[in-house]
Amino acid sequence: MTLQAGVVAVQGDVAEHVTAIERAAETHGRDVEVREIRESGLVPDCDFLAMPGGESTTISRLLHDDGIAPEIQDHVAAGKPLFATCAGLIVAAADTGDERVDELELLDVTVERNAFGRQKDSFEAPLDVAGLADDEPFPAVFIRAPAIADAGSAEVLATWDGRPVAVRDGPVVGTSFHPELTPDSRIHGLAFFENDEAALPASESA
Amino acid sequence: MAETTDLEELRRGTDLIKRGFAQMQKGGVIMDVVNPEQARIAEDAGAVAVMALEAVPADIRKRGGVARMADPADVEEIVNEVSIPVMGKARIGHTKEAQILESVGVDMIDESEVLTPADDAYHIDKRDFTAPFVCGARNLGEALRRIEEGAAMIRTKGEAGTGDVNQAVHHQRTIKGEIRQLEGMKHEEREAYAREIEAPAELVHETAEMGRLPVVNFAAGGIATPADAALMMHHECDGIFVGSGIFGAENPPVMGEAIVEAVNNWDEPDELAEISKNLGKGMKGDANVDLPEEEKLQDRGV
Repeated sequence: MTLQAGVVAVQGDVAEHVTAIERAAETHGRDVEVREIRESGLVPDCDFLAMPGGESTTISRLLHDDGIAPEIQDHVAAGKPLFATCAGLIVAAADTGDERVDELELLDVTVERNAFGRQKDSFEAPLDVAGLADDEPFPAVFIRAPAIADAGSAEVLATWDGRPVAVRDGPVVGTSFHPELTPDSRIHGLAFFENDEAALPASESA
Repeated sequence: MAETTDLEELRRGTDLIKRGFAQMQKGGVIMDVVNPEQARIAEDAGAVAVMALEAVPADIRKRGGVARMADPADVEEIVNEVSIPVMGKARIGHTKEAQILESVGVDMIDESEVLTPADDAYHIDKRDFTAPFVCGARNLGEALRRIEEGAAMIRTKGEAGTGDVNQAVHHQRTIKGEIRQLEGMKHEEREAYAREIEAPAELVHETAEMGRLPVVNFAAGGIATPADAALMMHHECDGIFVGSGIFGAENPPVMGEAIVEAVNNWDEPDELAEISKNLGKGMKGDANVDLPEEEKLQDRGV
């Protein structure tokens, strides 16, 4: 069967996630149809979802205005996979300590916005991430990135300078950095196709 | 759990990071502001970033004289006021203004024709900076020259401060039309085309293969209403800069929010109709056709 994927597309680097999902699906031998979610009514048809990077204040506001927010919450409550990067992680978090963001509380972590500084402090570096297909470090790109101040009950998959930057909490995987900006789609694969705690329709051959 | 990775392998200011920053702005509205109060209004309205400047283009136009970088103290105040990225404008070719803006923590520098150019012949060598740059362009040749110099984002020049979207449409149509033309060309034809438009051949080939500019492409210059913003998204822009259109309007918070929603719903006419209702008076503006050649800002820095 062809899996239905959705990329939350109210703002941010949507096309990059679409490409990364298609690559990860191909690696895992799954057919996928990816759609961009800019209005309510589409999320219930999706087997898995990505929330992109962008500006968390803008994304959070539009998700609530457009009625997409409760649909994403239902998606996660049903145990379906969700992968959130950077601003997506901020919006998905339980708490940001910032009234400008209306959190979706999809994973039990507290996030600190812009924890690594402004754009001139943005950086890329090889990062060890637990559970990746091989042991090669991941080329992580941090852009005005948040850090996870308190991982709560979530499993920490990677840390940078002592701070958690990738976590998994049930069906939800979140990263402070942007795997969608690089050709390496291993973390997309991990989040969507290799997460035992998430429910994904089995392929026909399985 | 994985071990902490080697901090020494960290790199800053790479093309990936600069262009990546611009990619995070996609689908968003970047608003011109002149003080922290306006910056807060813009952030609350859903702006993805603010452009900190001393006066909006419509006022620069009225006032005349030399237009320069804003006072760094004022830019710093705006940087400290909001959580979203702050951009600042430097004069074309003014490396020192750009360095000062970078030093006060500006997240992206706009090397802008709205200010009086500091250099007749050269733009800033943007590759030397850690901060990413956005530059204006009227056509593909200009856009690719700016990318070659290190620009991480291209915006149409339009005709800033007029409230007339005509030139932004013209520039975006020109760039997209030239790219479509390129896609149909053979390798050697592209080489000749690169010479004709005075653009680096390598970037011409890259653009042809991607079917779009290699960096994010925003619209700017004369966008004054939600419908204008939606029109630029219809012309395949990645996002919108609004200058005088928000704080030159009667009710800036309402106009700002409406433009953000219009970008999000650009292909939904019924939504656009609702969004466009009861916004109060827009900026007055000046039609481009009435503008004498010498008052046009778009011919600066080609």
